[in-house]
Amino acid sequence: MTQTKKAVVYVRLKDGVLDPQGVTIQKALAQMGYRDFLSVRSGRFFELEIAGGADGIDRQIEEVCSKLLANPVIEKFEIERVA
Amino acid sequence: MKFGVVTFPGSNCDYDAYAAVKFILGEEVEFLWHKSSDLKNSDVVILPGGFAHGDYLRAGAIARFSPIMQEVVKFARSGGLVAGICNGFQVLTEVGLLPGALIRNAHLRFSCKFVYLRVEHNTTPFTCECRPGDVLKIPIAHGEGSYYHFDGDIEKLEDAGQVVFRYVDRDGRVTPEANPNGSRNDIAGIRNAEGNVLGMMPHPERAVEGILGSTDGLRVLESLRSACASAKFVRAG
Repeated sequence: MTQTKKAVVYVRLKDGVLDPQGVTIQKALAQMGYRDFLSVRSGRFFELEIAGGADGIDRQIEEVCSKLLANPVIEKFEIERVA
Repeated sequence: MKFGVVTFPGSNCDYDAYAAVKFILGEEVEFLWHKSSDLKNSDVVILPGGFAHGDYLRAGAIARFSPIMQEVVKFARSGGLVAGICNGFQVLTEVGLLPGALIRNAHLRFSCKFVYLRVEHNTTPFTCECRPGDVLKIPIAHGEGSYYHFDGDIEKLEDAGQVVFRYVDRDGRVTPEANPNGSRNDIAGIRNAEGNVLGMMPHPERAVEGILGSTDGLRVLESLRSACASAKFVRAG
C-alpha cells in the first residue's frame, strides 16, 4: 500500500496590505505589558493529506493555492512538503 | 425586463432583493439557484448579500465556483448587467470580475447602520437615474467590507471613473468619520472597466420604502430599469 503524503500551506497577506487583526493583537499585547512586539501579522495554514502515488502533486498544490486557498490579489502562499 | 437573483447556500438578502424588484419596482424577477446553470433569460443578475457557504475560507471564495457563477461570468463577459451587493460584491472580486479585494473592517466589528453615499458618476447603468454628487442614504451590514487595492491600482480606478459610490457625510463631504470600515479612498462601490458590472457594500434593496428609513436604494433599481430600456446600455448579441 502506498503511503499518503502531507503538505502544509501557509497563506498570509502580501506586504503592505493592512491586517487589522494583526494590529489589534499587537495592541492587546502592548496592553498586557508585552511592549517588545512591535507588530503582528496574522495568517492561516492548511494541512493537506495527499493520496499516495498522486500524479503531478506539486503542480496540483500550486493550483489549489492560487485558485482557492489564497486570494492572489492580496495574499501570498508558501508550500511546505512534509514527506 | 427581468431580474435574476442568485441564491447561494447562506445568502440572506435574496428575498429582500426579490421583494424590492417585484413589489416596489414592479418588474419581473426570478430566483437563480447556485447549482443551476440557467440564468432564465435575465436582463440583470443580482448577487445578493449574505454569507454564501458560511463565508468559510474568505467571503465569496467558495461561492465563485458554483455552477451558476460560470454562467454569470459568461453573461458579464458578453456585456450583461451584473450587480453584486455586499456578499455579492465579495463574490465578484473573488471571481475576478471586479478588481481589488474586500478585507476585514479596520475596527474588526460587524457594522450595521445607515450610511451616506455620494454618486460619483451617473454614466453607469446602475446610476443613470441619479446626478453626480447626489447623496443616497443606504444601510450597510458587513464585517468584511473594507475595500483594498494597491497604490497605483487605486489611482487607475479613480482615473478611469470606476469609483461609482463613495462614503460621505450627509452633506456629501468625505470625512474620516463617514468611512465606516476603512475602505481605501472611501470606496463604497466600483464598476468594471467595461461598465456593466457593479459591486457595492451598502444594501440598496433595504432602502426602498419609507418604513425602512429610506427610499434612496430604489434609485439604483430604477437606473437598471432605465438602462435596460435604453439602447446605450443594451448588450450586443
